[in-house]
Amino acid sequence: MAAKFDNSIVRWIDHRLPIFSFMHHEMHEYPTPKNLSYWWNFGSLAGIALVIMIVSGIVLAMNYTPHVDYAFDSVERIMRDVNYGWLLRYMHMNGASFFFIVVYIHIFRGLYYGSYKAPRELLWMLGVVILLLMMATAFMGYVLPWGQMSFWGATVITNLFSAIPLVGDQIVTWLWGGFSVGNPTLNRFFSLHYLLPFVIVGVVVLHLVALHRFGSNNPLGIDVKSSKDQIPFHPYYTVKDAFGLGVYLIIFAGFVFFAPNFFGEPDNYIPANPLVTPPHIVPEWYFLPFYAILRSIPDKLGGVVAMFGAIAVLFILPWLDRSPVRSGQFRPIFKIFFWVLVVDVVALTFFGGKPPEGWYVTGARIATAYYFIHFLMILPLLSVFETPRQLPKSISEPVTGGGAGFAGATAAAREKV
Amino acid sequence: MIARIKTLAAAGLVASALAVPTFAVPAQAAGELEIAAQDWSFDGIFGTYDRAALQRGFQVYQNVCSTCHALKHIAYRNLADLGYTENEIKAIAAEKNVTDGPNDEGEMFERPAKPSDTFVSPFPNDNAARTANGGALPPDLSLIVDARKGGADYVYGVLTHYKDAPADVKVPDGMYYNTGFAGHQIAMPPPLFPDGVTYGDNTPATVAQQAHDVSTFLAWASEPNMEQRKRAGVMTILFLLIFTGLLYATKRKIWADVH
Repeated sequence: MAAKFDNSIVRWIDHRLPIFSFMHHEMHEYPTPKNLSYWWNFGSLAGIALVIMIVSGIVLAMNYTPHVDYAFDSVERIMRDVNYGWLLRYMHMNGASFFFIVVYIHIFRGLYYGSYKAPRELLWMLGVVILLLMMATAFMGYVLPWGQMSFWGATVITNLFSAIPLVGDQIVTWLWGGFSVGNPTLNRFFSLHYLLPFVIVGVVVLHLVALHRFGSNNPLGIDVKSSKDQIPFHPYYTVKDAFGLGVYLIIFAGFVFFAPNFFGEPDNYIPANPLVTPPHIVPEWYFLPFYAILRSIPDKLGGVVAMFGAIAVLFILPWLDRSPVRSGQFRPIFKIFFWVLVVDVVALTFFGGKPPEGWYVTGARIATAYYFIHFLMILPLLSVFETPRQLPKSISEPVTGGGAGFAGATAAAREKV
Repeated sequence: MIARIKTLAAAGLVASALAVPTFAVPAQAAGELEIAAQDWSFDGIFGTYDRAALQRGFQVYQNVCSTCHALKHIAYRNLADLGYTENEIKAIAAEKNVTDGPNDEGEMFERPAKPSDTFVSPFPNDNAARTANGGALPPDLSLIVDARKGGADYVYGVLTHYKDAPADVKVPDGMYYNTGFAGHQIAMPPPLFPDGVTYGDNTPATVAQQAHDVSTFLAWASEPNMEQRKRAGVMTILFLLIFTGLLYATKRKIWADVH
C-alpha cells in the first residue's frame, strides 16, 4: 500500500521510484510479533556490527600497506601517527570479536526458538552462509597486520587444504601464490578481505528479504494469528533496538578504550618471522570450537572434513529437527539438550585454546563427538519421542490473561506445519 | 588486564594442582615464568604515565638498553610526551648521526639526527646485531610491553630476576640464569646495577627502581596514545550511559500501551 507523504518532492520521487514507500513498508509499518524478547535484538545488532567493521575498515585501508616489508610498520604508524588511528584499529580489532559474539548469540537464539523451521529454512541457511563468509573474512583480516600469529595462523589454516586428496598440494600453492605464505598471499588476502564484507552485505539483504517474507519468529514459536498479535516495527522495535544498541556500545567501548588487547595474542605484536615458529599457535577465540574439532580427529583429512562438517550440519538442521513445535519453551527434553549443547560448545572453545596434550585431547574428542551426536542423533530422535507441552492459541492469549488450558493446542500446532 | 592475567595464572595454578599434580612439577622445572604484578601509574581507567618515571626510564634506556636494543617505532619528537622541550629534544636527537641522501651530487651523507627521525638503531641490521651479541638478537623494544604476556610486569620481571643458578642447573657459556625468562636461560647479561645510572632528580637508583622506570618508559613506547585513549573512553562511556538511559526511558514510554 502506498503511504502518504507530506513533502511534495518526496511524493514526486516516490511516484517514479517507490523507494520511500518501500522503506515505509519494510521499516515502519512492517508488522512484527509483539512478544519478541531482548534475544531478538541481536539480529539488528549484527547488522550494525557489520557497518562498524566496514566503515572502520575502509578508513584503515586508506592508511595500510599490503606488503610483507611494510604491513607491520604501517599498522604501527596507524596506531601512533594517524589521528585517532588507534581508535580505528582498536574498533576494528575488537569489532571483529564483538561481531562474532553477537552472531553466535543470534545463532543460539535461533537454535533455541526453532527459528530454522518451516517456513524459514532458507532464512536460516542464508544465515549459515553469512557465518561462513564472516569466518573467511575474519581469517584473512587477521593475516593483514603481519605479526607472528598472522603469519603462522595463515600457514596452519591454508595448509589444511593440502589434506584434499590428489590436488591438495597444488591447491595450497595456488592459494599462496607461491611455495609458502608470502607477499602474494598477503596481497590477495587484503583484496579479498576488502571484497568479502560487501558480499556479506549482499547475503544480508537476501537474509532480510527472506525474513520479511514471513516475519520474525517469536519466543512462543507459534504463528501470528491476527493483527492483535502484531505491532508496527516503528516505533516499537526501532526504539527497542536503539536501546539494545546503546547497551552494546557501552560494553564495546569498555573493551575498545580500556582493554583493547583483551581478545588479542601478544605474539601478534612481534613482526612475522618465517624462521621462528611460536611455541603455541592459536587462532582467534571465535575459531576455537572449530579448531578443537579439527584437532580431535587423528587424521588430517578427517579433521578437515569434521571441521567443515560442523558447519554443514547447520545447513541441514531444518531437516534434522522434525519436531512441529518451534520454541524450546514447549519442548521439555529439547530444552535440556539445548543447554548441554551450549556447554559443549563452550567446552570446545576451551579445548581449542589449549595445547593438544593430556586430558585436553580426551575432553576435546568427547565434546566433538557430542556436538555431532546432538545434531545427527538427539534432534532427530527427539522429534519422534518427545511430547511437547501444550501451545498457547495465539500470541495475545498468554499476555492478555485467560490462563486456562488450551485443549488441542498442540494438535493445532502440529497441523499448521 | 594485569588483574586478568593474575586471575588466569592463579586459576591455571589451582587447576593444574588439583587436576594433574604430576604435570605441575616438570612444568616448574622446565622454567615457568615468575611474573609478579607491580604497581604502575598507568593502571586503571584513569591511569596516566608518571612523567618523572618516564624521564628516568628514558635515561635508563639511553644509558643502558640502547647499546643493543633498537626503538625504531619511536621518533625523537615523541619525547615531547615525556615533558622535554623542543630544544632539549633537538639536543637529544643531535647526539646521533643518521645517513641521509642522496644529495644533489648523488652522494649519501651523514648528518645529525633531527626530531622527525626515528630513534637511531644501535646496529645497521639483524646480522650485525647477532654478530655483536654472540648469536643472540636483541629485540626491538618499541612494542615489547604489548608483545609479551604480562606486559610491563614481564619486562620488570626479566630485569629483576637474575639469580645464581641452582646447583643442578647447568648454564652454558654466554647464557645467564633468570627466573623471569621462559626456560630460565637468557643471553642478555644482567643489564642493571645499583647506581648504574645517576638520576637527575636524586631518586636512589636501585635495580628495582631502574627496572620499574624503564618498564614505565617502554609501556609508553608500546602505546604512546594510551592517555588519550583512556580520556576519550571515559567521555564516550559517560555519554553512552546517559544516552542509553534516555533511550530506555523512551522505550518504556512507547511500549507502555503494548500488552
